[in-house]
This record gives sequence, structure tokens and C-alpha cells, in this order.
Amino acid sequence: MSELYAWLGGKPLFLWTDMLIWLLVAVIVLGVSYTRRRPHLLEPWHRVAKSRLAMGSLVVLLVYVVIGLLDSLHYRPALEQSDQSEEVHYAVEALTALDWMVGGLRESGEKSYSAPLATHLYVREMVGESGGEVRRDYPRLKSGGAHLQNPQQRAADLVENSIVGGAKGLLLWLGIALLLVLLLTRKRQQISPRRWVVEVARGETATPWRTILLVTAVVSLLLMAAIQVGVKYHILGTDKVGQDVFYQAVKSIRTGLVIGTLTTLIMLPFAILLGIMAGYFRGWIDDMIQYTYTTLNSIPGVLLIAAAILMIHVYIDTNAALFETTEERADLRLLFLCIILGVTSWTGLCRLLRGETLKLREMDYITAAHAFGVKNIRIIIRHILPNVMHVVLISVVLDFSGLVLAEAVLSYVGVGVDPTMYSWGNMINGARLEMAREPVVWWTLLASFLFMFTMVLAANLFSDVVREAFDPRVHKGE
Amino acid sequence: MLNYILRRILYAFPILVGVNLITFFLFFVVNTPDDMARMHLGMKHVTEEAIENWKQERGYDRPLLWNESASGSEKLTETLIISESLKLFRFDFGVADDGRNIGGDIKQRMGPSLAIAVPIFLIGLFTNITFAMLMVFFRATYLDLSGVVLTVVLMSISGLFYVIGGQFVVGKLMHLVPISGYEGGLGAFRFVILPVVIGVISGIGSGTRWYRTIFLEEMGKDYVRTARAKGLSEYRVLFHHVLRNAMIPILTGAVVVLPLLFMGSLITESFFGIPGLGSYTIEAINAQDFAIVRAMVFLGAVLYIIGLLLTDLSYTLVDPRVRLS
Repeated sequence: MSELYAWLGGKPLFLWTDMLIWLLVAVIVLGVSYTRRRPHLLEPWHRVAKSRLAMGSLVVLLVYVVIGLLDSLHYRPALEQSDQSEEVHYAVEALTALDWMVGGLRESGEKSYSAPLATHLYVREMVGESGGEVRRDYPRLKSGGAHLQNPQQRAADLVENSIVGGAKGLLLWLGIALLLVLLLTRKRQQISPRRWVVEVARGETATPWRTILLVTAVVSLLLMAAIQVGVKYHILGTDKVGQDVFYQAVKSIRTGLVIGTLTTLIMLPFAILLGIMAGYFRGWIDDMIQYTYTTLNSIPGVLLIAAAILMIHVYIDTNAALFETTEERADLRLLFLCIILGVTSWTGLCRLLRGETLKLREMDYITAAHAFGVKNIRIIIRHILPNVMHVVLISVVLDFSGLVLAEAVLSYVGVGVDPTMYSWGNMINGARLEMAREPVVWWTLLASFLFMFTMVLAANLFSDVVREAFDPRVHKGE
Repeated sequence: MLNYILRRILYAFPILVGVNLITFFLFFVVNTPDDMARMHLGMKHVTEEAIENWKQERGYDRPLLWNESASGSEKLTETLIISESLKLFRFDFGVADDGRNIGGDIKQRMGPSLAIAVPIFLIGLFTNITFAMLMVFFRATYLDLSGVVLTVVLMSISGLFYVIGGQFVVGKLMHLVPISGYEGGLGAFRFVILPVVIGVISGIGSGTRWYRTIFLEEMGKDYVRTARAKGLSEYRVLFHHVLRNAMIPILTGAVVVLPLLFMGSLITESFFGIPGLGSYTIEAINAQDFAIVRAMVFLGAVLYIIGLLLTDLSYTLVDPRVRLS
């Protein structure tokens, strides 16, 4: 095994949140394959698939998810061997598959602030002239535009690089589109590829392929252009310690996704179990469960989170030996934040499920099942659970964007993710005083705003359509 | 009625006990007083004596749950859990780490908090309902559709950006009002206006959407059809029939947050330097002052329970069909 790692040049690092994320992916894959074979479950999804808004935002969300997943494969790179010993040492700092792919971005550090696409530092420094004179000037950046002989060529170089990047993006998009045409027309043989392309162009297909392809085109153009230019410049500038802001914003995607999804994954079993139990058994069980969630609900959420995070602080400080890398320590705190956010947010879903179960248990088919002597546990699993799943799904999708936004606020309060972890909240928190600075440093805030806003907006638009598609009240007549 | 209120207050008691147990567990069992003392006196170079002194000053020198050295029933009562809980229930919050009386601080800081939170709440309520009514009035037109899109966009912006952006544009570029700070009396107006405007704007997205759904739900009901069949104008239907009926969900939704206005807003207050309870809480969290955080948790829980009680009472006031039982 260790030889394999040595050959690969790194040793995988299994973080808790990584494993849970991949578990979630597995659950979703299983869920999709289960749903595909059942027309009655598939029906609301067909409604979602017909919505241009939902499909467009889904493409954006998928790009975020792919980046987040790539960022969830951690490894510790092997250190270069200084002596002749056989043993390979691994770095304390863990990297991810994403870091490996965008290597140039991570290593290009500057001294301090530099504006987006700049070739010079944003702050004056003592620069030694060749004649021995020393004066204060804006020094050239170490990596931003360092390939240029003369900084005045910057504009031409930028245009050239964006065109090259755009062309790459176009090629990527053409590849995707071609693949789609082949896949979709092979399945339905009554339609020729040519006819299909015409239909898509006119926007006549049932699934809004035109919208999907348009959004894909925009995203792939932007992505490839950003990569092309990003290797040579700092697209969104650098922060106070000279780190590339674009890189930080991209790395923060994973944190946002983890908080938005794992929190619900962790709270879901409790909410479902307790909610259904309270509604189904009623009596003292109901009283107990209601008491529990009213008590938890009455504590202000931020304070409960603060108290719990202060607690994990003490634990991490006293057990520092348990964590080999900083990533592991930050990861534990992230997981704990998800758990405690889950504890504060499961009550809403629990109450909804209780109400829904109270209604369902009076239904005729439940009475019939009782009359046949079906056991309670079986009734719950076979008759109640499938009929409340739409409530669960709607609330999971709706909660996502709220949790991503909550992360930023919690980081500001100082009880969010670990300060060493990349997150939009930490970026905003670090940069909030920069607006009061002279001259203003605006790019860190802009970067976190753009990345966060795009993801939350896409999630909100998508969840709206999902909620409408699954809400039985809306489709009563159909 | 009185009977009902009394019973509800009795119900509230076990919940407060539960809250108290949770906070006690978090603040005293997980982090023992020894840990706290060590943290405050500095992690290293702390003598046992200093820790004992620190604990004695705050009355934390008793055992947590069970006092072996005492006799009789004092084995139970002479413990931290009983003495600290009793203090909370008497609203005696003790002293903070800097030696100030927490109860006095809270009383003093409630004013600024309310000066921000009440205008935001009232103006926000009025604005959101107005926008929602307009959207419902023009429903299924492009005006309504663009309104829906706009609310989703507004909802997708983090509250932090509203504050940072507002401070930058109004305070720094236009120099209209001071960026942060506070003073008592009428002078407060200068300092309050920007946070209030930003607070209202940041709430428009979700608020308007929420009220729009409520109105649309009412619009689908039979009495609306009857009113239209009578030949009433759309304006009359909307403002005289729908608005009055929609007051029930609106009122109950608003009443539950009413007591929590006392707690202030964490972000607004700390960004604008308002000496209210929100910034008090944030300062306490950052300074790891557990006594203040515990007091605020308890206060928040009490206010939340009052909110629930008020909600139930307001139901009976606006909706004669609801009977208290």
C-alpha cells in the first residue's frame, strides 16, 4: 500500500465530511435509480424537468457540485526526500483533487493586496533602483502578468487570452452538445439528429434543451476563459496576505455545499423518526416529543450554536494530539457545526411531519391496515413514510440556501467554520473593514458576493419549482 | 380567559426548566468551572489557588450536581445546578467577567435595541404588506412576475452584504449619516435611520413573498368569488375582504416575534456600533463570557414563550371562531 502511495506521490486523507458527502452522493444515486422505475414517483420530476427556470439553475448548481466534489478528495502530497532514507514523509497540509487540477492558482502568492488583473501591487513599497537609489513605488507582481515584458501590453494580452479561453470553452460546449445529441437521439429512434437539433433551436422540445444548452454555453465559456486568464493573472486580485481571491472563492464552494447538504442529512433521521412517532402514536410520546422541540426551539439558535462551538473549542484545544493535519481539525469543527445547525433546524420539519402524520393516520387505508392486524412499525414504513416524503423533500430543498447564508452570518459572529478553512463567511469577515480603507479594496467582497449569490439564487429558483411540483395542493385537479 | 392564561404560564415552566438544564449542561458540565477559570486566567502559569479564588468570587466553588459534604436535603440544594438555576429564575443574572452587573447592563441596553428593532419591524411589516398587495392586485401580469423574480434575487443576497453595501454607499460615498455609533435622546435619530432602512430593505425579499402567498391563498377562497359575483370592484375585494381575512395569519406571524424584538439584531447592531443587546451578545461570545451568554439564552427563551402565549391569545381576538379550551 505504501508503495502505491509513494508511486502516486500522495496519501489519501479521509475526512469525516468527505466520507459523508460521498455517502450522500451514493444515496442520491440509489434514490435516482429507485425513482426511475416508478412512474408515480417520477411524475413530479417530469414537471420539474419541463421548467426552463429549474433546468437552467440546475446546470449552474451542477457545476458547483462538481467543483465541490472534486474538492472533497483530499490527499497529503509526499514531501521531497532530503536524505537517502526509504521512508516517505507526507505534508501536513492536505490538498484536494481540485488543487491538483488548478495547481498554478494555489501557488501564485503575492506580498499583499493587488487589484483584479493587475500587474502591480496595490500598495507602495520600497523599490531598489539599479543605480542604488531607493524610492516608494508599486512593485511588479510575482505571478500576476509576470510573463509580460512590458506592462503596457496587458490589455492586448488579456484580450488574446480571453479569446483563446473562450474558444476552448466553445469547443468544450460543442463536445457536450454533440454528446447530448448522440445520446438522446439514439434512445428515441423515431427522430433524426438533424430534426432534433432544429426542434431544440426553436425551443419546441418538452424538456427545455435550448435553455440547458444556452446556460451550459455561458458557463463553459466563463469557466475556460477564467482558467486561461487565471493561470497568468489574478482574476479577482489578491487579499491582504497576497493570496489569490479567485482561488479562495472557488475553494469556499465546498464549505457552502457541505453546510447546505450535510446539515439536513444529519438532522433528517431524527426529524422523520420523531415527527412520525409523535403524529402516529400521540399520547405521552407526542407530549414528550413536542416538549423536546419546543424547548430546543425556544433557545435562540445563534446562542445555542455559539455555546456548542465554544464547547468544541475547548475539546479541540485539550485534545490537540488527535489531529495530524490542520485540515482534520477544521473538518471536525465543520462537521460539528453541521450537527449543531441540524439540532437547531430539525424542529420545523419535525412539526410539519407530525401534522401530516396526524392527518394521514385517520385515512381509510390506515384503518384497513389496522383491521388486518398489520404491525405499527410496518404501517409507518409502508403507508405513512412514503406519503410524507414530499414534505421531507420540499423542506430539504428549501433549507439549502438558508443554511448557506447562515454560514456567512455565523462566521461573522465568530462561531462559524474554522478560521483556517476557506469559506465565503470567512472571506466577508476578513474583508469587511476593507471598504473603509483608503483606497478601497472591494474585490474580496465582490468575489464572495458573486459566488455566493449565484449559488443561492440558483438553489432558490430550483427549490421554488421543486416545491410547486411536489405540492399536492397545486395539482389537485390533475 | 384568565384560567387559560394561567394554565399556559404553568405549561411554560417545564420548558424553562428544560432550557435551563440544557444551558447548565453546556456551560457547567461540558466546560467545568475549572476550565473556565483556566481560560480566563490564561491557559498557562495558573496556580490552583488562583482558580479557587476565581471560582469563589463567582460562587462556582460548589459541586456540580451532588454535594457529599453537606447534610440532609442540603446535599441536593447546596450545588451549582440548584443555586445557579434559582438565580436565573429570579432573573438575577450575576456579574460578567469584567465585574459589571449583567441585569443592569441588559436593562440599559434594551433601549437602543428597541430603537432599532421596533421601527424595522413596523416599517418592514407595512412595506412588505404593501408590496405583496400590489403584486396580488397585478397578479399574472409581467409586473407580478418581475416582482417575484426580484424578491427571489433580494432573498439570495446575504444580510451581511446589505449592511456592508449600505454603509459604503450612504455613509462613505454620500456622507449622509454617520457610519456607526449611537447617542441617547433625540440625537439617536441620526444614527438609527441607516440601520433601519437597511434592515427594512434586507427583509423585503422574504417578507413580501411570504405575504404574497398568504394573500393568494385567501384569493382562492369562496367568499372572494361571492364578493366578485356581487359585482364589487377588484380594489374593494382586495382591501376590504382579502386584507381583513389575511390579517389572521399575518397577525399571528407577527406577534410571535414581537417579544424577541427585545433581543435586538446581532448583525445590524454590531456593524453599526449600537450598544444594544445584540452587540452585547456578540461581544460576550467573542470574549467567551459564559455568564452573559447563559443569561441571554434564558432571556431569549422566556421571550419566545411569551411570544407563543401572545400568539394564542391574538388568535382569539382576531378570529371569533377560535375558542380557548
